[in-house]
Amino acid sequence: MDCCPTGAALDVAARDGAGAAVRAAAFEHAARDLRPGERLVQFVAPAMHCGGCVSTLERGLRRAPGVLSARANLTAKRLALTYDPARASAADLAAVVEGLGYAVHPADDAEAAEAAEAAETRDLLTRLAVAGFAAMNVMLLSVSVWSGAEAATRDLMHWISAAIVLPVVVYAGRPFFVSALAGLRAGRLNMDAPISLAVLLAAGLSLSETMRGGAEAFFDACAMLLFLLLVGRYLDRLMRARARSAAAGLMRLQPKGAMVIGEDGPAWAPLEDIAPGARVLVAAGERLAVDGVVERGASDLDVSHLTGESAPQAAGPGAAVHAGALNLSGPLTLRATAVGQASSLGEIAALMAEAESAKSRVARLADQAAAIYAPVVHLAALLTFLGWLWLGADAREAGFIAIAVLIITCPCALGLAAPMAQATAAGSLFRLGIMLKDGAALERLARVRHVVFDKTGTLTAGRPRLRAPQAAPQALEAAAALAGASRHPLSQALAAWARAAGVRAAAARDLAEHPGFGVEGVIGGRRARLGAAAWVGAADAGAAGDASAVWLRLGDDPPVAFLFDDAPRPGAAEAVAALQAAGLSVEALSGDRPGPVAALAARLGIDRWRAQASPQDKIARVSLLSAQGGALMVGDGVNDAPALAAATVSMAPASAADIGRAAADMVFMGDDLRAVAQAQALAVRTRAVIVQNFAIAAGYNCIAVPLAVTGHASPLVAAIAMSSSSIVVVANALRLRAAATTGGPARDGRPMTEAVA
Amino acid sequence: MTMLLYLIPVALALGGLGLAAFIWSLKSGQYDDLDGAAERILHEDDDL
Repeated sequence: MDCCPTGAALDVAARDGAGAAVRAAAFEHAARDLRPGERLVQFVAPAMHCGGCVSTLERGLRRAPGVLSARANLTAKRLALTYDPARASAADLAAVVEGLGYAVHPADDAEAAEAAEAAETRDLLTRLAVAGFAAMNVMLLSVSVWSGAEAATRDLMHWISAAIVLPVVVYAGRPFFVSALAGLRAGRLNMDAPISLAVLLAAGLSLSETMRGGAEAFFDACAMLLFLLLVGRYLDRLMRARARSAAAGLMRLQPKGAMVIGEDGPAWAPLEDIAPGARVLVAAGERLAVDGVVERGASDLDVSHLTGESAPQAAGPGAAVHAGALNLSGPLTLRATAVGQASSLGEIAALMAEAESAKSRVARLADQAAAIYAPVVHLAALLTFLGWLWLGADAREAGFIAIAVLIITCPCALGLAAPMAQATAAGSLFRLGIMLKDGAALERLARVRHVVFDKTGTLTAGRPRLRAPQAAPQALEAAAALAGASRHPLSQALAAWARAAGVRAAAARDLAEHPGFGVEGVIGGRRARLGAAAWVGAADAGAAGDASAVWLRLGDDPPVAFLFDDAPRPGAAEAVAALQAAGLSVEALSGDRPGPVAALAARLGIDRWRAQASPQDKIARVSLLSAQGGALMVGDGVNDAPALAAATVSMAPASAADIGRAAADMVFMGDDLRAVAQAQALAVRTRAVIVQNFAIAAGYNCIAVPLAVTGHASPLVAAIAMSSSSIVVVANALRLRAAATTGGPARDGRPMTEAVA
Repeated sequence: MTMLLYLIPVALALGGLGLAAFIWSLKSGQYDDLDGAAERILHEDDDL
């Protein structure tokens, strides 16, 4: 795969007639008016990779008529365009982008939610900046106190610190207070409770000390706590936002509507307006939006995403077809039987929602730690207070020491321990081409004992490949000529093989494609047909066995079969071996027939497999394994989506169906299946680092708490202990950056990113 | 110690300036496309 499309126009052959109209309507749907004479539309261009792409797209679009501004966002793989609706339409602009060689989709409705998300991230960053400002300046003032400022000078420093810190506590501490309150209301003591308590008490205590001209104030600790904890919180958020926007950028145009044949000809209608009984036109190259029965036309349907079956299915009048299938070769007119929730896609979605709700959520490591940590800390502070009272200290003194205990045990390093490790790991995964939707998924991935693979599209590339044909050169040349004229995936695979093998296509005339059957033409004065066995008159269709086949008949010669198999993804065998070496059990679950599944399983070294599994079968198996130590499900199809949702953790390739990608916790971008093993290995390392970090934080408390309890925790000790433990934790987490480049099962020395690009 | 009376305000003002600059850059969307920004400097674009 090249990095950048080279400016060659995309193959838009399938975008003629009704297909083009549907796309145009969908693009127009995504545009909105900014002001009179100016419309804004956002596109997603998943192939945008580098600065070259950005400048190609922006220059090309700015030159296009009617475009007012064009701005590409490489991170989100989006294009924001403003244009003059009088001079161009959204579809025209999409055509310009396609002319530049980039596939393009309208940005979907999730956009509004995403904008709100971005605003929240920005808000958090502002709080972080304010806390950082306060921490630095107050530290500056505190240093002078520590180095011996006395009397009026010290009071002045304290008062200035108070003036800076108190408003900052209210502003920057808000996320923690809100979360702690929400936790308390739900009857839980989360990590934010000790944080909030420590910050508020530290601020209150310091203020009272300042007012009575005391020597010790913890203003700097207050500000630094907030700053460090906000860093952790921001990292956590950034990781999720980044992965989500990248995954959203991948969302392909799902049919949100279809061409409905009304009284005044075909017109685009959104899905919710289509009633059962409506007549729907589906052009070649389009996905079916509704369940229905074919009324007119003949074609081949790619149902691999729906059922896992690799061979395309022929569909003619009377055939029942399902939403989500891809129409390959000819236009179809359907009578809709079920739409939306009632369609087969809707049923799968309902199944998925059920699986999702049944899945027991594993508690996050940080929450588990907090559940133990918070009560222990509060108890320690209380005991300290009572102990000092008992020893004869007055209430103010005892209170001061107890609060110092709370401040010094504030889980600063603990707050950074998990997010820092996960953010670093997510960054490493991102460079390997793996999008992580949630840090918790990484924790779950580290503990799975079973890996379940789907076959079609996951273990295999989902593209047919010609087996070495045994045919006369003349037949090969004829087949190449006929195959070149067809859009059928088997024909295209045949043509691709011929190009690669250097077989010249024979001169052919009167080429005609018969959707659902094959291609016909005249070669060397003889009638030639390439297509389905029955159509070319091959009696013995059984010769093909389990493989997909097309047959060639040249004049009166006996028919020749061309057999195809679905090639395994690159790295599939290595991935399986690596996972097995890591002590995981690997199995394959497929909706395909037993023959191909068995052959592939044997080839990849998977000893446990099951064929003809329905979505329900997949859920059942995956749920069982999830209960038995946790299961990683790797799948791509619509039929895998419920199992993806039910699994402990799930991964999908970027080529997966939308619903599959939405259900998966992780999406990998490249073709290489080794990504699965790499992600698993990195997850295990991340878990180890998080546990180490918790140990470091706990070890620091073992030293600091006795000091605090015995009344030796001065603000200086608190500041040093807090920052040093945080630095150690962060440094430890950063080791995961190196993990991605040196570890993992990529043994051929080639960085994975190359395979991904 | 009288120099503290003007040095502290100066230090705070400088810090505040930095904070204001950061918030301005954040609000003007300069952190929205970090990958893109890194790549853009490699391309000469007169019309940008």
